[in-house]
Amino acid sequence: MGPQGLGLEITELRLGLPGAGGGGGDERSEKKRNVNTVVGWPPVCLYRQKVERKVYVKVSMDGAPILRKVDLSCCKGYLELGMALEKLFGCYGIGEAMNEESESCEYIAIYEDKDGDWMLVGDVPWAMFTETCKRLRIKRRSYSNGIGLHRTNN
Amino acid sequence: MGYSFPEEVLEHVFSFISLHTDRNAVSLVCKSWYEIERWCRRRIFIGNCYAVSPGIVIRRFPEVRSVELKGKPHFADFNLVPDGWGGYFYPWICEMARAYPWLEEIRLKRMVITDESLELISKSFKNFKVLVLSSCEGFSIDGLAAIAANCRNLRELDLRESEVEDLSGHWLSHFPDSCTSLQSLNMSCLLSEVSFSALVRLIARSPNLKTLRLNRAVPLEKLSTLLHRAPQLVELGTGAYSAEIRQDLLSNLTEAFAKCKELEGLSGFWDVVPFYLPAFYSVCSRLTSLNLSYATIQSPDVTKIITQCPNLQRLSVLDYIEDTGLDALSLSCKELRELRVFPSDPFVADANVALTEQGLVSVSEGCSKLQSVLYFCRQMSNSALTTIAKNRPNLTCFRLCILEPRAPDYQTLEPLDHGFGAIVDHCKQLQRLSLSGLLTDRVFEYIGNRAKKLEMLSIAFAGDSDLGLHFVLSGCESLRKLEIRDCPFGDKALLANVSKLETMRSLWMSSCSVSLGACKWLSQKMPRLNVEVIDEQGDLDSRPDSCHVEKLYVYRTVAGPRLDMPSFVRTMNQNPAYRR
Repeated sequence: MGPQGLGLEITELRLGLPGAGGGGGDERSEKKRNVNTVVGWPPVCLYRQKVERKVYVKVSMDGAPILRKVDLSCCKGYLELGMALEKLFGCYGIGEAMNEESESCEYIAIYEDKDGDWMLVGDVPWAMFTETCKRLRIKRRSYSNGIGLHRTNN
Repeated sequence: MGYSFPEEVLEHVFSFISLHTDRNAVSLVCKSWYEIERWCRRRIFIGNCYAVSPGIVIRRFPEVRSVELKGKPHFADFNLVPDGWGGYFYPWICEMARAYPWLEEIRLKRMVITDESLELISKSFKNFKVLVLSSCEGFSIDGLAAIAANCRNLRELDLRESEVEDLSGHWLSHFPDSCTSLQSLNMSCLLSEVSFSALVRLIARSPNLKTLRLNRAVPLEKLSTLLHRAPQLVELGTGAYSAEIRQDLLSNLTEAFAKCKELEGLSGFWDVVPFYLPAFYSVCSRLTSLNLSYATIQSPDVTKIITQCPNLQRLSVLDYIEDTGLDALSLSCKELRELRVFPSDPFVADANVALTEQGLVSVSEGCSKLQSVLYFCRQMSNSALTTIAKNRPNLTCFRLCILEPRAPDYQTLEPLDHGFGAIVDHCKQLQRLSLSGLLTDRVFEYIGNRAKKLEMLSIAFAGDSDLGLHFVLSGCESLRKLEIRDCPFGDKALLANVSKLETMRSLWMSSCSVSLGACKWLSQKMPRLNVEVIDEQGDLDSRPDSCHVEKLYVYRTVAGPRLDMPSFVRTMNQNPAYRR
């Protein structure tokens, strides 16, 4: 059981959108190092860690002036998250777009992770996603063409 | 030669001696005292369930009423002990069911207990009164239902921090209507909803109920109903402390709390909505114990509460309290004995809150009765530690966790050897110490020389060489439990101090540099130690003696090697025929 999380950065798909820089550029001061690379450290009881805290993250959408918040701990997976987003913004089909290879949805969902990078929603296991997602953004697919978004099979 | 006193007189004298250590001392005086004492011992405490067998215990102490057992090593709390390691209660209950029909109390910590065992408990002991399962696992709601249904005189059911499979949900209704003896109920660890009506009825017919700890699923809207039925409560754990903002709800809750004139301890507070905090302000002046460690409220709200609690003795809180809140604590709570500050975001290196070493320094200055500290923070200095040590020589428990491993003194960039050295130098009654930060062998020299009352020591990412471990093993006279992870300690110190290990309860070493060969040698030299090698990579038989073991757990025992080990645990020097 070696340290987790090392070396995977090389294979991460990074989104570098032109102009505004993915929406997180101005706040991306220094990368926050993740201490969670060692088993059992810091010594916080498992019982204390298991307590699910409500995880509210901001969601912005292209063209929508007002941001919303969604509770990730309420959703059990990407499908439910998709449904929640559809309810908030009317971006139909976004749930399926997270799960499948489908290009039919007009929108894609991306999120800013703990390192400050913008990632495509749906690549990593749900539990890992809820731990690393800091905020969500729904973008129109037409703006993202040519960035090379190829989903790899799980 | 006869006795000085008749047996009955000695027995009467012994009845005033309750501490286990004192009882043990009494039994060593002479053979007749040993005999008399063993027949009248009513409470036994077994700190390591594998140190002795049920048969040996029952043979020696035939009239026991209360049993306390501990199973897995402490580091199991941090996921360092693989599932299936052991700590099973079943062999104990099988024999005790037969041998102790008058057993009244069972207290277990870090053990695996099945529904079958719970059912056996509920049916074997007519006078069963107290069941405490602390950080246990292996059972479900069905087992609890059996306890509820069959234990006619149940006084205390405490499931603190246990992992319970609760898919079926309803077990409270299994308490018969005739059951009115309940004094303490702690179900805070249960995940699913309980039947609220069953809960209300149970509380209403338990006039002696003093402690009630609800689980998160009990909504705030229903709390006042419960409080009205149990105004005599001394300790309350709320459920989720959130609801829609409603003035009438706040008034009801405030009124309900005001009726609880005996309340001294509060806990729970998941999902706090600050609007509802003032509801319990009326009880603050009486509070001696407050656990806000699940409450994600910010410093101003926390401060507002604690400044109203002049009688507070024990406080658990998240680092949202920040240095400013700890300053307020040091000014308001002069009776404080114990402080625990937990990290709100332990896995992020950068500070998310303004909590530093300064908060702890303030509390050490203002709270003269402070004895026990557990403190998570992101920076520390030798000067702060020295100040704390000089302020509080009465500390008995000092556990400091600087989140980043090997973090140096943030001001001088030196190791924290001198700071911890000051702690063990000034705090002469120190019984428990947890180290963190950048530390060389020197800190262990200080500890070995000065920490003469130290009983438990936890070390992580520290030291330079075997010398460090040698200082501890050869110097700390009172040491009972030593747990070490990720330190460059190897064979030399271990093998130079083998007899020390028999004077201790246990030694844990993981991710260190102890070789398989040394483990084998140790177990051959010391037959009354179980030298357990825990290694999940498999194939220990084909490894060379020079390879390092993943995890080592050494403990003294009179029961010989245990027979219930999984494949990834080996007791060195054991007959291969005993392996599962």
